[in-house]
Amino acid sequence: MAVASGKGGTGKTCVAVNLAVSLGSVQLLDCDVEEPNSNLLLHLKQKKVEFVYVKIPKIDEAKCTHCGSCVKVCQYNVILALKQQILLFPELCHSCGGCMLFCPQDAITEEKHPIGSLNFCKANDLELVYGELEIGKPMPVPIIKAAKQQINHSKNVIIDSPPGTSCSFVETVRGSDFCVLVTEPTPFGLHDLQIAVEVLRKIHVPFGVVVNRAGVGDRKVYDYCTKEGIPLLLEIPYDRRIAEFYSRGIPFSLEMLGWKEKFQALFSKIEEIEPQ
Amino acid sequence: MKQLTVISGKGGTGKTSITGSLAILAKNVVVADCDVDAPDLHMLLHPQIMEKQSFKGSKLAIIDVFKCAKCGLCRKTCRFDAISDDLTVDSIACEGCGVCALICPSTAITLTERVSGNAYISTIPQGFMSHALLNPGEGNSGKLVTLVRQNAKNIAITKKLDVIIIDGSPGIGCPVIASISGVDAALVVSEPTLSGIHDLKRVLGLLNHFKVAPFVCINMHDINPDITRQIQEFCRANNIEVLGLIPYNKEVTEAMVNGKTIVEYSPESKVSMEIKQMWTKITKVLEVTAN
Repeated sequence: MAVASGKGGTGKTCVAVNLAVSLGSVQLLDCDVEEPNSNLLLHLKQKKVEFVYVKIPKIDEAKCTHCGSCVKVCQYNVILALKQQILLFPELCHSCGGCMLFCPQDAITEEKHPIGSLNFCKANDLELVYGELEIGKPMPVPIIKAAKQQINHSKNVIIDSPPGTSCSFVETVRGSDFCVLVTEPTPFGLHDLQIAVEVLRKIHVPFGVVVNRAGVGDRKVYDYCTKEGIPLLLEIPYDRRIAEFYSRGIPFSLEMLGWKEKFQALFSKIEEIEPQ
Repeated sequence: MKQLTVISGKGGTGKTSITGSLAILAKNVVVADCDVDAPDLHMLLHPQIMEKQSFKGSKLAIIDVFKCAKCGLCRKTCRFDAISDDLTVDSIACEGCGVCALICPSTAITLTERVSGNAYISTIPQGFMSHALLNPGEGNSGKLVTLVRQNAKNIAITKKLDVIIIDGSPGIGCPVIASISGVDAALVVSEPTLSGIHDLKRVLGLLNHFKVAPFVCINMHDINPDITRQIQEFCRANNIEVLGLIPYNKEVTEAMVNGKTIVEYSPESKVSMEIKQMWTKITKVLEVTAN
């Protein structure tokens, strides 16, 4: 089950973590690899780190005849062939393998290029895996793919998605049985929710909405959900205590009475609507 | 011409509300909304579209079923698992690398340009706005950011405007890198939460990596005075100027609901005064005239 939003800062991580601690025996996968924040609320001890690599071309200058085939094949402008020299921009490489495949001299092999890491944490029944993109590397998607390979199929899995609605979001939520969209009742919240809904419909992932900071803004998010037949799963009120618990890195359902049950009920509700 | 990018690392810290306010204060300005997959700034600045261009950011493989001999070589060669068992292309998984088209022995596959979104050039009362919208679920937002910035630059040159204010996206990945490359300064909008400080440090690392001068402001500073102090201390230790401390005020959301920036909706509020003072400091740093 993915937790996503479109707009940033609506409370995805807050919902994902509170769900995880309320349910107990789950795996939480933090796919917001540009800014992974789940463990800032969970404070779990790190058990293991694995580096994530992508494959990039390595050109054997002794074999290279500077024919330029690789430059023509590459759709991402990774390779620049000068008269005397070949320049590589590995940050742009999508690891398609085309340059290697179509080099007439067999001068290209591949080497591993590190772009980030997977971090494994555990406490009691709660497992956390979070991906982390190295600063300065532009491509989060390979780390999201690597994180999703760690999915523990024997457990319920909660996936914390990155903000936005482009490639990272799509890669994260694809294949999930359900997606919880966390929004806030403001014009920005509604606008970005609508884009996220369009994407989820396109990739056939069922979804419902959690309204966070209920009480601020206006009623348009509610009107939209009613009109579109989108289930409203939970409302979390705007409450300064919740904001303060979050700021200090504490899941508020551990401190505020009745919220553990509300998050458990949220999950049961999703299990009921899941087969669409 | 001077360019300032507003970013945050963490989402929802108030980038767009602050960028919108700066645009109102700047007056003769080009504003570029570079949060192309979830752009919100138009809801505050109400641009009138003058020009629309389609954005062709990537390619897509198309299989001609009449030519296809069903050998399956394309499926085996594709590194993105974008070709299914029955040999159809999954347009979401396809990254347009073209390897399948080159390897197909029946030349049944072509690589076509796909329209991934639209870019717009618009007028706003304060000047001009360059913005865009990526089609839902499309990739390559970094390239679209580059196009939005190029459009902003062109219009600044033709209309002789000397400031471009860029609203960035959350995170530190490709669209963010595209929105900060070559700018004169970046303003990081932070918030006093553990996530806020964590993400601030990563985004400052990114600015350092790309040699962009950083400035910080702390939004909703009164939510957690302890962490606000930690952020100030961190910035002091790293020689980064904190330009403003903006208090929490529900009027910022009310302004948004009314389609206005806080400096228009409640010009005498503490939030507005603080943003105005920040803008004065920014104009000094960028050496541009305040109005």
